[in-house]
Order: sequence, then C-alpha cells, then structure tokens
Amino acid sequence: MLKNKHLLGLEGYPREDIQTIIETAFNFREVLDRPIKKVPSLQGVTIVNLFFENSTRTKISFELAQKRLSADTVNFSASSSSLKKGESFKDTAQNIEAMKIDAVVMRHPTPGAPKHLTKFIDSVIINAGDGTHEHPTQAILDMMSLHEKFGKLKGLKVGIIGDIKHSRVALSNIYGLKIMGAKVTLCGPPNLMPKNIEELGVNYSKDVDQVIEWADALNVLRIQRERMGRGLVPSIREYRSFFGITSERLKKHMKEIVIMHPGPMNRGVEIDGEVADGDKAIILDQVLNGVASRMAILYLLCGGKKVEGE
Amino acid sequence: MNEESVSRTINRLCHEIIENNSNCKNVVLIGIHNRGVPISQRIQNKIKELIGIDLQRGSLDITFHRDDYRERLVVPELMGTDINFSLDGKIVVLVDDVLYSGRTVRAALDELNSFGRASKVQLAVLVDRGHRELPIKPDYVGKNIPTHEGEHVDVTLRETDENDSVFLIRNRD
Amino acid sequence: MSLEKITKNLMLKGGTLIDPHNEKTYNADVLIKDGKIHEIGRFEKSESCEIIDCMGKVITHGFCDLHVHFREPGREDKETLKTGSLAAMAGGFTRVCVMPNTNPPLDTPESIHFIKKKAEDAPIYIHPIGAVSKGQDGKDITEMGLMHKEGAVAFSDDGLPIQDGGIMRIALEYSKLIGVPVINHAEDECLRDGGHMHEGTVSTHLGLAGNPDLAESTMVHRDLELAKYVDARIHVPHVSSAKAVDLIRDMKKHKDDVTAEVTPHHLFFNDEDLRSYDTNLKVGPPIRTENDRIALIAALKDGTIDCIATDHAPHTIENKETTFDLATFGMIGLESCFGVVNKIMCKESEMDLIKLISLLTCSPRKIMGFEPDLFVKGTSAEITIIDTEEDWIFSKEHIKSRSINSPYIGKKMFGKVLYTISRSHIFKNIIN
Repeated sequence: MLKNKHLLGLEGYPREDIQTIIETAFNFREVLDRPIKKVPSLQGVTIVNLFFENSTRTKISFELAQKRLSADTVNFSASSSSLKKGESFKDTAQNIEAMKIDAVVMRHPTPGAPKHLTKFIDSVIINAGDGTHEHPTQAILDMMSLHEKFGKLKGLKVGIIGDIKHSRVALSNIYGLKIMGAKVTLCGPPNLMPKNIEELGVNYSKDVDQVIEWADALNVLRIQRERMGRGLVPSIREYRSFFGITSERLKKHMKEIVIMHPGPMNRGVEIDGEVADGDKAIILDQVLNGVASRMAILYLLCGGKKVEGE
Repeated sequence: MNEESVSRTINRLCHEIIENNSNCKNVVLIGIHNRGVPISQRIQNKIKELIGIDLQRGSLDITFHRDDYRERLVVPELMGTDINFSLDGKIVVLVDDVLYSGRTVRAALDELNSFGRASKVQLAVLVDRGHRELPIKPDYVGKNIPTHEGEHVDVTLRETDENDSVFLIRNRD
Repeated sequence: MSLEKITKNLMLKGGTLIDPHNEKTYNADVLIKDGKIHEIGRFEKSESCEIIDCMGKVITHGFCDLHVHFREPGREDKETLKTGSLAAMAGGFTRVCVMPNTNPPLDTPESIHFIKKKAEDAPIYIHPIGAVSKGQDGKDITEMGLMHKEGAVAFSDDGLPIQDGGIMRIALEYSKLIGVPVINHAEDECLRDGGHMHEGTVSTHLGLAGNPDLAESTMVHRDLELAKYVDARIHVPHVSSAKAVDLIRDMKKHKDDVTAEVTPHHLFFNDEDLRSYDTNLKVGPPIRTENDRIALIAALKDGTIDCIATDHAPHTIENKETTFDLATFGMIGLESCFGVVNKIMCKESEMDLIKLISLLTCSPRKIMGFEPDLFVKGTSAEITIIDTEEDWIFSKEHIKSRSINSPYIGKKMFGKVLYTISRSHIFKNIIN
C-alpha cells in the first residue's frame, strides 16, 4: 500500500514506494506484451484527465494506461472548457467531482496547482506536470527504464543535460534518483541552472564531454525554442556545439552509455537523429514503460478502498 | 500427506492427464502462482519421463484479475505472468495446489483469455477442500480434504518451502 | 619616426631592464634573433646585429591596452587596424583588445574571425572583444561560446551600457560557460539623461547638461552584486568616480575575480579643464571632479584598480569640430598614454616606476589570460624602450592614429617611448 493518497511529486517520496511502483510497473509491462492487453483491475473506476496545458504524449499514455486497466476515462482539455467562460479553478474541480469520479490526472501550467486542487476535491490526484515544478510519472518511467537496463538504480551515474531551470522532468528525476541512491550531474548553460542546485545533492558541470565520460546514462532534455527569444540561449548552433548530444561527440568517447529523452525531440538541436535512432538510445522503451508505469501508479493509488488495519 | 504421498499423488495426476488427452497432443500446462507453478513443473518433468513429450509450460499471476479488487488492494509480491506462446487451439491444463472457493480459477480463466482462445481448459489440483462459491469443477484431483469453517489446508513444497507436506489445521484463529 | 620590419638581429645595449612580472630591475643587454628573445646578459657589439643604444634608458615589456576602438569594420575613415597598430606602437603598446562597437558590430563568430584574420599580419597583437548582445541591442545575448572559439577574449557592449539588469545577469551567468570577463560600460542611460559632462559646479557654470556620478556608481553596484550573486567574473571599464572606486574596493574584499581599469585622461584632467569647452575632453564616462581624480590615483596605488587602459576612441574632425552638445564622445590616447601616466603617477604621486609599468603590462595581460612573463628566452619579443626622465611636449607629429582628437596637444609630458619592438617589427620614435 502506498503511503501517500496522491502522487503530487517525488520530493520526499518514500523509497520503498518508488520501489513498489517500479516492480508493479514491470508486471504491467508484461501485460502490454500480451495479445489482449487488458486487465480488469480498475473496472468501475472513473478517472478524469484534466489537462489545462497542451500535451499529446502524456495524455495518450495516461489514457492507454487507464483503458488497459478497464477504467472509465473522461478527457477535459482547457481549450474546450468552461474556463474560457470564466469558471474558476475551484468550481471546475468541484463540478467534476460532483459527478462521482474516483481520480483526477491533472496537468497545469502553474507550479503547485495539484496541491491546490487537494483543497477542493476528495478524489485521488495524480500530477501529470505542474508548470516548471514536477512531473513525477515521467521520472518514474525514466527510473523504471534505467532499472530495466542496469538492474539497479543505487550508485548509478546519471547526467541530465539541458535547460534544468525550466524543466519539471529534471526536478522530479533529481528527487527520484537521489532517493533511490543514484548519483546525478547536471549539465547545461550556466544561466539555465536553478539557484542553489547543489543543495539538492547534485553536481554541475559545464563540460558535456566530461559528463559523458562519467555517466552511465544521459537524460537529454528538449531545449525549448521559446527560450531562444529572451536570449537565454544565443542560438541553436551554439547550444548544439556546446551541449548537443551529436554522433561525433559520442563517437569520440567510444563508451557504453544509455541515452534517454522525455520527448518530444528537436532532432539536430539537443540530440542528433542518428543518436536518437541508434542503439544506445532507449527512447521508445521509455514510451512503453510510460504506459506500464502509469498503469502501476493508477493501480496502486486507485485500486481498492483504503481499509483501516488491512 | 507427506513427501512420499505427495509424490505418488502427482504421478497419478500425470497418468490421468495422459489418459484423458490421447497422448497429450496440444496439451500445455499453466501453473498458478505460487505453488501451482512448481507442481506444474513436476508434472511436466514426469510426463516427459513417462511418454517422452516435453509439454509447453507457463505460469500465471492472477493478481490483476482478482474479483475482490474493489475491497482489498493486493500490493503485489508479484511473481509475474509468463506465457510466451499462444494458447489458440491448445488444451490448457491449469495447475494449482488447493481448490477452495474457485475464485482463483475464475480469475485464471479470465486472464487466459488474453493469451488466445484455448480449445479446452482442464483443471488439476493437488487438494480440493470444498466450499465452492462459483460453479467450478476440477478435472484432476490429488486428494479430497473436506473442511469446516475455521479450518485451513496448509501445503508446503520443497521448491518453495522446506519439504513436501499437506496438513489440515483445525480451528485456526 | 618609422615602422620597420626587423631584418637583422637586434641588440639592445646598455639599458636597465625592468621586469614587472618577476619584479626585478637590473642592467643587461638583450639579444633578439628572428624576432624572439635570444638572450639576456652582457654582449659585445657585433656586426651581425643592429645595435640600439639604450644607455640611460629603460627596457621593459611592451604595453598592453585592454580597451581600444579601431573602428574597423565600418568607420575606416576614423581608424583601421593598420593605422591603430601604428598608433599603438607609437605609444609603446604591443598588444591591444579592440571593442566591438563597429559597424556592423562584432556580434557573431564570423565577425570575430574577420578581425583575427585581418590582424594576422599586424605588427602588434590584436584581440577582438565580442559584443554581449546581438546588434548591441541589449536584448539577446550573442553566441559567446562560438565567438570565444574564434578568438574573442572578453565580452562587452562598450559604448553602450547593458541597461536591462535581467540581461546583464544572463550575460554574466552565461559567460561562466567560457570563463572570460564581461565588461559593462556602466552608465545608467536614464540617470545620465543626456548629460554631456560631469554634473557639478562646473556644468552649472557652463550651462551644459550634467551626467551625475550616480549614473556610474548605481550601475557598477548593480553589476558587482550580480557578479557576486551568480559567481561570475567581471571587469569594470574606465572607472571615473570616487563612488565607484569605493564600491569596487569593497567588493574586492569578498570576491577575487573582480577587476577594473582607469584611463589616463581620468587621471590627468578634472572637470575644471572643460571650462575651455574643448570637445576633445568630451568623453563617456565624463571627466569628473578633482576629488574623483584623487580617488582614482589612490585606487591605482592600493590595487583597487588593476590596470590602465586608454579607451582610445578616434573621431573625425567633423565629429569634434562642432558645438559641445553635438560633439561625439571620446579621445585618442595610445600615443600620449605613457607620457601622461608617468607624469601623474610617478612624478606627482610617488608611485614606483616598476609598479606603473606593471599596470601597463603584466596586470592587463593577466586579466585577459595573456602570458605575462615576457623576458623568457624564445618568447616572441614584445619590448618597449623608454626614456623615463624626458620632458617633452605632445604635438601633432606624435599622433600616428588616423584621427587627431587629442586634448594633449601642447601639454607637457614626462617620459617618452623611444622604441617599440613587436612581432618582428620595430617602431622608432625619433623626430629629427
């Protein structure tokens, strides 16, 4: 049984629970390999996907996970919503809950929005990304993928490359990996590193080649083109020259290393197409593991009523 | 039952399976976790010994197909389902240690559907302790041990525990 | 006066060597072969060598100026790399850093490459400083990494301040990727408010719009605090006010990668000198009060300011021969530099000559990461030979720049550069 009712983030999350989720996820991975990919575990459970921010892959991943568990899925996206008509966040949430739903999967552009939601509704809440804060399910699928590849997480050396300051994927990964005993080094332009990041127990290096030498695996983050505007990154070619995971760069090092990317990728910017399609990358495995880990999370949080003393 | 009688009983089950299935053409064994798996393994070995055919064997973890998922969340010590062949057209012999309410078997039948359409499903159990809650009937039974409420049948196997044994425990609180 | 390529071996005979890096002063001869220092010791005259009589003269490192404007590309009518090199050698400089406020500005790796390529054949070493923001618009930072790879040694939008604090922060943080200094022309445009000279008693008397020292000090304060906050290097250019000096002195107690420079004109003149309305004294930041001048001298002495940089800013006659308000800001300064600072610092302010020389040689070199130990066998010879006691009057003939906007014409100088040796060239500063 997981200690927390919701999954809002991985900060301070119990290690045993992350372990449980990952193990359960491997079992659901097997279900996804069957001819009929369905289990009845969440039959009768209603889950609302409340997406205030655009997302294709995370939303589809959650929907698939829900359907494979035989749950009923309802989708709610911001553009089609009553939010446009001026309905408040609180009313939106309460209206939905009044229709007797069991869980909400929410993505919102504001950090802390899922926590805010817990004040108004009673259902289980799963954070599918809150602004530049956390994206716990992504970190879990990332850790599951690493576990699959290396058999363990403790002592593993993981480099995270990119715009850390604005990345919820990075922060959740940092929390999760540290809890599971892995070592993390961040790499990217110095102005895209958050302040006091060392206090999270991670290292920083401005030299991506150095990080490649050290790491067992790299998590390559998308460099958002919107950031180029405010001059945060001078140009694509400059970013690629200093931080791009290009085929030449990897060939120079000639070592075994696992390449991950949360997607969507900017081929030719932070990662070369050749690398993404190459044999070191496990990007497509991440996608499949995404469905499996979301199944595990939904199963563990929504399955069964909580009975005292059970 | 002790080690010797468990062994003899399993042998007898193997003979019955062979007899019933005209030399086991198309028969596959599926053991239900936990203890159904080692039993199915022994059956596979014995049948190979007896008629020289190595039956395909898989294992089933019914956790996700339990029908009590709304009442109690079983946080898995998941053993995992492992069936890497299609069941289309096969004769599936489900193997478990104890048959009781029949709900485990129902869940197993449900899960089997995900792997193809079996031509027949038969059930082999080491012990039938009665008290069915669903219309499930075993095809091969090792031993019938009628029980009362409060009683419990304890099966141990050398693969999972220290030795082979079957005990009837009365008035267990 | 002439600039020649060195064909023969050179022997510098009978002089006093001042080695500012190793802090040694001693009498010795220098033998230069193939433009490199071959040996330092005592030699007999030889037919195979051209002898330069250095009796009673000082032989020291070639000067290095961190802050010059050579106007190429775009305003070749004011100065080019070629004419600027000549002006530099006339002043004893063998190495300069050129600012990027050209037209177009040096804001891409390609433009940095252009300068490097053009400078390949120059008689002095010319290093490009890259712009901080694209087009110097203060909005988007430049490709600092790639520009550094092409040879940019620092980044600055000089001429213009980086008005937006957020951009200054990003620039400082991003520069940490490469580790070279960001140099901000610290003059808050809003506080400067179109001022043409220092705001004070004199500007009131002259009726000229004033530029208060606060315009500099508030921005210097901001820049220093930002550099501390993000833990980045920073170099403060042309410090002009006592207030800024105090801020720098204070920050240096907490942070050891803060450096600063001062121009000769801020040490020589005060705002009283502008009563003549001489447009050659119109500079940015402005020449301030006697109080500020004294503070700057003290700052050089106590190490608050690390080096002297001329901010050599050539302008055409038309730019300067107009009413004060319309005249462009800036004066040339390479040729007059030593004569001015030697007079102010050594003659009038009791600074040791070797210390002054270090402010022109090894100190600026260390800031930019250039080799400071130049009297080493096999090193390419960068040498300046000076008559440190000569009184002379600066005149038009001494100007080698394409432009002549100098306020020193007719002024008394103390100490004169006689020869400058650099990159197998020798400049002979002898007027018959």
